[in-house]
Amino acid sequence: MKTFTIGGIHPPENKLTEDKAIEVMPVPAELCISLNQHLGKPAKPLVKMGAEVKKGQLIGAADGFISANVHASTSGKVKAVKPAPHPGGQYAMSIFITPDGNDEWLEGCNTAPIDWKALSKEEIISRIKDAGIVGMGGAGFPTNVKLSPPPGKNIDHIILNGAECEPFLTADHRLMLESSEEVIAGLEIISSLFDGKAKASIGIESNKPDAIDALRKLGQAKGIDVVPLKTKYPQGAEKQLINAVTGRTIEPGELPFDKGCLVQNIGTAVAIYEAVCKNKPLIERVVTVSGMEITERKNILARVGTTFNDIVSYCGNMTAQANQVISGGPMMGKAVFSFDAPVTKTTSGLLFINNKGLEKSKERTCIRCGKCVDVCPQGLGPWLLANVAQLRDFDEIQLLGLANCTECGSCTFVCPSKRELVHWIKYAKALVNNRQKRKTA
Amino acid sequence: MDSVNLKISYAPFVRSKDSVESVMYNVALALAPATAMSVYLFGMPALIVNLVCIVSCIAFEWMMDAIRKKESNCLDGSALVTGLLLALNVPSNLPVWMLVVGSFVAIAAGKHVFGGLGHNVFNPALVARVFLLISFPAAMTSWPIPFSVDMETAASPLGIIKTDGLAALGDFTLMGGLFGTMNGSLGETSTIALLLGAAWLFYKRYITITIPLTMIGSVFIFTGIFYLLDPGTYASPLFHMVTGGLMLGAFFMATDMVTSPLSVRGQIIFGLGCGLLTAIIRLWGGYPEGVSFAILIMNGFVPLLDRWDLTDRKALNQKKAETK
Repeated sequence: MKTFTIGGIHPPENKLTEDKAIEVMPVPAELCISLNQHLGKPAKPLVKMGAEVKKGQLIGAADGFISANVHASTSGKVKAVKPAPHPGGQYAMSIFITPDGNDEWLEGCNTAPIDWKALSKEEIISRIKDAGIVGMGGAGFPTNVKLSPPPGKNIDHIILNGAECEPFLTADHRLMLESSEEVIAGLEIISSLFDGKAKASIGIESNKPDAIDALRKLGQAKGIDVVPLKTKYPQGAEKQLINAVTGRTIEPGELPFDKGCLVQNIGTAVAIYEAVCKNKPLIERVVTVSGMEITERKNILARVGTTFNDIVSYCGNMTAQANQVISGGPMMGKAVFSFDAPVTKTTSGLLFINNKGLEKSKERTCIRCGKCVDVCPQGLGPWLLANVAQLRDFDEIQLLGLANCTECGSCTFVCPSKRELVHWIKYAKALVNNRQKRKTA
Repeated sequence: MDSVNLKISYAPFVRSKDSVESVMYNVALALAPATAMSVYLFGMPALIVNLVCIVSCIAFEWMMDAIRKKESNCLDGSALVTGLLLALNVPSNLPVWMLVVGSFVAIAAGKHVFGGLGHNVFNPALVARVFLLISFPAAMTSWPIPFSVDMETAASPLGIIKTDGLAALGDFTLMGGLFGTMNGSLGETSTIALLLGAAWLFYKRYITITIPLTMIGSVFIFTGIFYLLDPGTYASPLFHMVTGGLMLGAFFMATDMVTSPLSVRGQIIFGLGCGLLTAIIRLWGGYPEGVSFAILIMNGFVPLLDRWDLTDRKALNQKKAETK
């Protein structure tokens, strides 16, 4: 079975919700729709306090090339436009909507599916752009930009990312089972943008045999290749997935299109289908609610803007031991600082845990066991990067390949000395970026 | 819900169960067959040697931490491993006070002067062994004969061929070397028990094959060449495999995480150096056994070997940045 060549780990999978069908979560009493749900500049608010909005109405406009539209996820009245807690750990300008209970679509949105083959490439791209679609795997890069590689870059392999290598998360898994046709249709739409000449594959880890079967059945007739992958983290990282499926290596400084590859997330493929065929903007997503400290673990279809408070009460509350909430997976997710933070387009999971085991782990000195070097999928020396980061030698650390780190956290996972390796690397990255910004400013 | 005080910490939020303690206690477990074998072969004195080394190493670890005003981790297993290794490196009739002095040298001069666990350049147990060997050469080279009741002593097989030549070796058999029924320090004797422990370390992936293979392989080839040239003067390479501290050194001391190179390339050079130096000292050196000197000398090269990889890596990244 295929997998990526360098490094990797196998943390306990804990896919506790893989058999739970996606539940549609009802409209909460209030929505908090963040204008910062994507990479790049936050969207510009288009509505003011007191305005009436319909479901699917544009309420935040993309600000610049790398930015994305934001839409109302139900009909109602704008209560406020103000900063609110963000799952990323900061405050972000957000639009609060009090639902009117009608959940009424804007006219022309969510229509009966049309045949996408009738649309031109430009129309497809503009529909994706208008719908505010971003990479739903976590990075939130605007999809229309990713689907328009610079001229001269020949895309010959399109890969859908069904690896879902993070422990606990099952959102993509459920989507592949319950919306198999939409996933395939989304992939076909992406293929059509490259004249159908590129090979289309779906990479799925072997711990999801039912998803592999379901998509294989549908994909076979359409020339779509479903590639089972040996379960290993971080297979869902773009570079590792490309390496696993095609055998190509994205060298430091290269982007996937330099090697003729394009990767899209499963959720994004479904969103593309809905945007192109049904004119439905990205206003909801599947979120895995899991972890050891929540009573009802579920996969829910939550509207963008649903606060974590609402999710907790919908999922039967937390246990008394819960003291940490993670937005995303346990390897690369972020600790949430407020229950008022909302679901965004990139919230793949919400995990409730007790961090006692983590608290206990005090950093010790490096015993040079070399495990971090063995597991680093980018072939770096994490222990050394962390040491140099602690010394704040930011010229040296760039020479050591700082920019190549994908922040997957495998090094920190294996470290017997419990060093916060990836944290130090992220810290150095942030400071190096700031320094470069100051230089160019 | 507001009653929940949310904890903020860094990703990843799952960690492997491995810890410094688990690494060290597994190494200690891997040494258990050899230690048990030593007690079986040499009886009560061997047990005393083990206990004295372990207790005094842990005590000195605690003392050094206290002197350096550091939070003590004397029970994290690293002092235990140093104690066990030191015990395996000495004869079973060594006086207790020498064992205590050796333990002090291992922990204080071998480890804490460099900054404690993780910072030491040389393997602490070997620093102590060489210190004892140079300071008390007579006591360190009179080996009790296995199963001997009255602590009768004799030279080790390597010592015999060094002083009296190959012919004086007498009824030495390879099987005796494999099972340890020959004269030697606690842990030099039973090759089988050492391999059993090494297998555990491989299984737990705490060591890789690179260093033991290159070290043992180069001893085998080097001594083999001279055996082929003159079998009357030089012992067979198989003899060199099962005598002295080669197995103990190759699997448990040259592979010490802290004092061995990180890259495979560095490990190959390190292993070859350890093997060649061992063979050279054994064949022509002043001491009958060269494993400890060889490993200590190569330990000194480790920072250099690691730096070599570092400069290579940096040059590569710089080249990539320029071509972009």
